[in-house]
Amino acid sequence: MDFAAVVVIQVLYAVASLALVAIGLAIIFGMMRVINFAHGEFLMLGGYAVVLPVHAGVNLWVAMLVIAPVTVGLFGVVVERLIIRPLYGRIVETVLATWGLSLLLIGLASAWIGYYQAGAAPPFGSVQIGFYREGVYTFFVIGITIVILGGVYFFLRHTRFGLIALGTMQNPGIAAALGVNVNRVYATTFGLGAALSGLAGAILAPISGVVPVIGVTYIAKAFITVIGGGASVLTGTIAASSLFGTVSQLMTFVSTPIIGEVALLVVAIVLLRLLPEGITGRFLRRGL
Amino acid sequence: MRPGWNAAGLIAAGIGGLALAFGLPHLVEVFVLVELTSYVVVAILALSLALVWGYAGILSFGQSVFFGIGGYAYALGVLNTGESTLPVVLGMVLPMIFAAVLGYFMFYARVSDIYLGVITLCVSLIAYNLVNSMSGTEYRIGAAPIGGHNGIPGVPPINVPGDAARALGFEDVFTLSMIVLVLVYLGLRALLASRFGRVVVSIRENELRAELLGYDARLCKLIVFVIGAGIAGIAGVLFVNWGSFIGPSVFSIMFSAQIIIWIMVGGLGTLAGAAAGAGLIQWLTTWLGVSMVADPNIVLGVIFIVLVVLVPKGLQPMLLERLAPLARRRNGNSGAP
Repeated sequence: MDFAAVVVIQVLYAVASLALVAIGLAIIFGMMRVINFAHGEFLMLGGYAVVLPVHAGVNLWVAMLVIAPVTVGLFGVVVERLIIRPLYGRIVETVLATWGLSLLLIGLASAWIGYYQAGAAPPFGSVQIGFYREGVYTFFVIGITIVILGGVYFFLRHTRFGLIALGTMQNPGIAAALGVNVNRVYATTFGLGAALSGLAGAILAPISGVVPVIGVTYIAKAFITVIGGGASVLTGTIAASSLFGTVSQLMTFVSTPIIGEVALLVVAIVLLRLLPEGITGRFLRRGL
Repeated sequence: MRPGWNAAGLIAAGIGGLALAFGLPHLVEVFVLVELTSYVVVAILALSLALVWGYAGILSFGQSVFFGIGGYAYALGVLNTGESTLPVVLGMVLPMIFAAVLGYFMFYARVSDIYLGVITLCVSLIAYNLVNSMSGTEYRIGAAPIGGHNGIPGVPPINVPGDAARALGFEDVFTLSMIVLVLVYLGLRALLASRFGRVVVSIRENELRAELLGYDARLCKLIVFVIGAGIAGIAGVLFVNWGSFIGPSVFSIMFSAQIIIWIMVGGLGTLAGAAAGAGLIQWLTTWLGVSMVADPNIVLGVIFIVLVVLVPKGLQPMLLERLAPLARRRNGNSGAP
């Protein structure tokens, strides 16, 4: 019974962290058809944006919930202006340029900060579930992921800018004809996606620590989740992370986390054979 | 004359390559020769992606996976059997089988280019994690441990088929690699000049039109993908012979990125340019690693971004464009190209 509870918590945590690392990427991809290969490094920057201020004496929550998303979001706006915008509509070139950015950021982080693992202690301590102990921070991650996804839904459905962004996504030409500054919408969207990536990196930093190459451990899962999810930003991310998170976590229980990752990849490739447009290409099409 | 088939030039390239293969070992120090061997090996790997990406338009970001599988297959095989003939075959065939399975799922699902790139990249990332984690003694194939993050050291070199005592030395590995490079280059030229090769290029240009003309784009792409995997596998086998070592870093994202940069430097849709680009970048990273001027990631990242934004066609086409007017002027025909 206790074991079952722990399994359920761990599966929920796996699903939540998958959705967390994927949502920033999904927003950028869903809205702009841009695959940001530097996504992992945005997460890495978010991690440093919480760890370095905490070591300098800043409150953990301020660093995590304010400094990290704002810093990485602003960085995203700059990247959009310098690298993404000159390459609009050229998907492959954008991927390659952001891949270069990814290498550059890894190189800069290792040159300036070094390879040692920086961390910040997870707050809250732990709770006892029968024979097992579970960090309260696990529940916090699950909870805040739900809050973030809810926030994205509210933003896209119930704010003026969100509706304009959705319209621009559906048809940039008509949006521009109606007087929308499409470039500004793209820049803001990219900045928002980057900010969410930074926030995700910050939230996971107390658990995983931060090293310059930390992004590489996240991106395979994030990419697979976004591609598996398909066209709809929110529904796709939730559906794909639920499926892939459950599969990989259950396989992790049976064997090792690495085998869990392999299982995730195999499921994703078979899934794409059946649903080449991702889950929301066929099901839940009316989702957001 | 068939397009892309310049017989005189190819014969010259073949003879020149073979002259280097047999001549250089007598001319330069062994140390230099060993370094040159690594450039030749990466040039072969670059040719595999030049075919798959440059000519078939398949965005394979995980070409290093086939390189790595080839290398590991050879290393594990030769450590078990002690004789290199079968392991060399395995080093080519296993990547092809893996490519056939992976390619079936991707091409027959008709996933879009960019999805394909992301999936192949994810395959290499996860292959890296998988191999990296297999460091315990329980992970072994026959007598040979996989070695996890430590890799497999002390892999015996290729021997004369059937005679395990006559193994190749440093000079021989260079000669063999150079011969393979020449054969792969000429083979790919022949392939691209053939009917099949032209169908492949037509699919890259317009997949729908090619299919309406009755060609099966899925099958053609799959075949090219498998051929490319075989070439990458051979490069992997030679790579193990070069350093008598293989480790999981062949699957790493840095290495995958480097292969892409080689092609970008040389020019997408070229063979010679891609091979030269590979040698150039390999020389640069070796030099950076030795001289410690800057972190290789920073330099490669900057080169990558600059290439995409400023020199999207790569160096070979750019040079040819610059040189073409000069050549035309000298030949006196200033008309249509």
